[in-house]
Amino acid sequence: MLGALDQRGNERVTQDKIKANFKVNWPGFSLAVDLVIPGRGVTALFGQSGSGKTTLLRCIAGLERAEQGFLSFKGEIWQNGNFWLPPHKRPLGYVFQEASLFPHLTVLGNLHYGRKRISEAQQTSLDPVIELFGIGHLLDRKPDRLSGGERQRVGIARALAVNPRILLMDEPLAALDLARKQEILPYLEQLRDQFDIPIIYVSHSPDEVARLADYIVALDGGAIVAEGVLTDLLSRLDFPVRLGEDAGVVLEAEVIERDERWHLARVGFPGGSLWTRDKGIPVGRKVRVRVLARDISVSNDDRDRSSILNVLPGQVDTIADDEHPGLALVRVKLGSTILIARVTKRSAFSLGLTQGQPVWLQIKSVALLE
Amino acid sequence: MLLGDSDLQAIVLTVKLASLVTVILFIIGTPIAWWLARTQSRWKGTLGAVVALPLVLPPSVLGFYLLLAMGPDGPLGHLTQALGIAPLPFSFEGLVFASVFYSLPFMVQPVQNAFEAIGDRPLEVAATLRASPLNAFFTVALPLAMPGFLTAGILTFAHTVGEFGVVLMIGGNIPGITRVASVQIYDHVEAMEYSEAHRLAAIMLIFSFLVLLAVYAWRPGSKRK
Repeated sequence: MLGALDQRGNERVTQDKIKANFKVNWPGFSLAVDLVIPGRGVTALFGQSGSGKTTLLRCIAGLERAEQGFLSFKGEIWQNGNFWLPPHKRPLGYVFQEASLFPHLTVLGNLHYGRKRISEAQQTSLDPVIELFGIGHLLDRKPDRLSGGERQRVGIARALAVNPRILLMDEPLAALDLARKQEILPYLEQLRDQFDIPIIYVSHSPDEVARLADYIVALDGGAIVAEGVLTDLLSRLDFPVRLGEDAGVVLEAEVIERDERWHLARVGFPGGSLWTRDKGIPVGRKVRVRVLARDISVSNDDRDRSSILNVLPGQVDTIADDEHPGLALVRVKLGSTILIARVTKRSAFSLGLTQGQPVWLQIKSVALLE
Repeated sequence: MLLGDSDLQAIVLTVKLASLVTVILFIIGTPIAWWLARTQSRWKGTLGAVVALPLVLPPSVLGFYLLLAMGPDGPLGHLTQALGIAPLPFSFEGLVFASVFYSLPFMVQPVQNAFEAIGDRPLEVAATLRASPLNAFFTVALPLAMPGFLTAGILTFAHTVGEFGVVLMIGGNIPGITRVASVQIYDHVEAMEYSEAHRLAAIMLIFSFLVLLAVYAWRPGSKRK
């Protein structure tokens, strides 16, 4: 891959990216990765627990030191051979799974801890961060007087207060219950949209990844099993991480119509459009739409009258076995867009599904992600 | 006057000895505790055992070996001779030196436990917030381990006050130099001065109880202020 490029070509390729090559061999665990991460947007390190995603993140942060490794951040070498930049000299922000606030400091003390250790030239105002995370009323409190969600908001704000050039997040929502997750997710979306720094986000949750990530690196057993742009990768039938009920595609779409009478909005994408509940998003806004495989059924015609609003014509691309032997995943093309439907193998047989066959897709549910 | 001059002298000497030993142990015990709490070296067990030895060793055994080491033929004796300073046995300095060994586990173990309870995470957080390891030690590890330091300081002080066997072996019984309160009580009893022994013993008893009360009533993690 990159090794095949000449030195100059290599430099050019990684100048605005993060290049990481780590080999770790610990008793009972090994990690061997070689990857290039985009220098902007959200990259998800995705995999089951034990897949090595957190170790990879900690190697990037310098919290672990891979015996063999190379790491460059936008052209700056952080690790190479015997050279290893200690974590406190890397211009990064790190969010841990538990907020891990310093219990002996107030919220403000926590925010200032890192900030006063960076050069004055880099010290930007804390106000935007405090405002974004809605923690202005908490500044004088000690961490033990905060709720779980508040703690994690402070934890993220503290990481941003050092004005980092990259933000590393290790499952920042995993320790929170569902309600707290829903509380934090909008902050993360705003963070992604308002701060122009790359984010590496470790998660085992397909839901979070679908909402936040632009680029996915999927890990399994300490190795990279797939990587690519989120929308491309999720539309592959051979996506190597078991997604189960979460199998499905994410589409980059745009709100093109709002029906005030029925409180519906229509989102368009190359090859079709879908009706969904109107969430008040104005026409013209780019949105992300998630369509799960289990919510799509396949039919040979569109004559069935049912409650389903979204019935779209497409063409069968490929059919693959699903995790359960009775189920199959059908990849259907709508113009340049791919949707994946989950059907029983018996249905696939009785419908006579074959490659290239025109079909109708009935889409029961569409999730608008922003 | 409740206490005689020699009793007062013994108490002052005891407090002086215990204070000095506690301060010295804060300085040398902290790095040892830090190392024991953080290391993955295979020597951890060995050093831990050496530190804990005074807990189980009869004080006379510890005192015996220290006396040999400090004697004219011992390594410490050679050192003091080479440096041209007075020999350590039967001196206040010798007593301080021996007490540092004798009270070492009472400083190291509570501090080590406190450091271990902190774990790696706060230090990792500090590193990602630009704090160098040394800086993180002083701004994160020390404040978080403060309850452990408090316990360690109190126990070390009290344990040094209660020292008897090692003092007899190393320091003997020289008024104003090595005769501490515990030895003074022994002298009183030997001389059948039971009422004098009673007064001093009662002071020691009350002091020890108050110290332990301070340690046990102070609950780490309780909300203060």
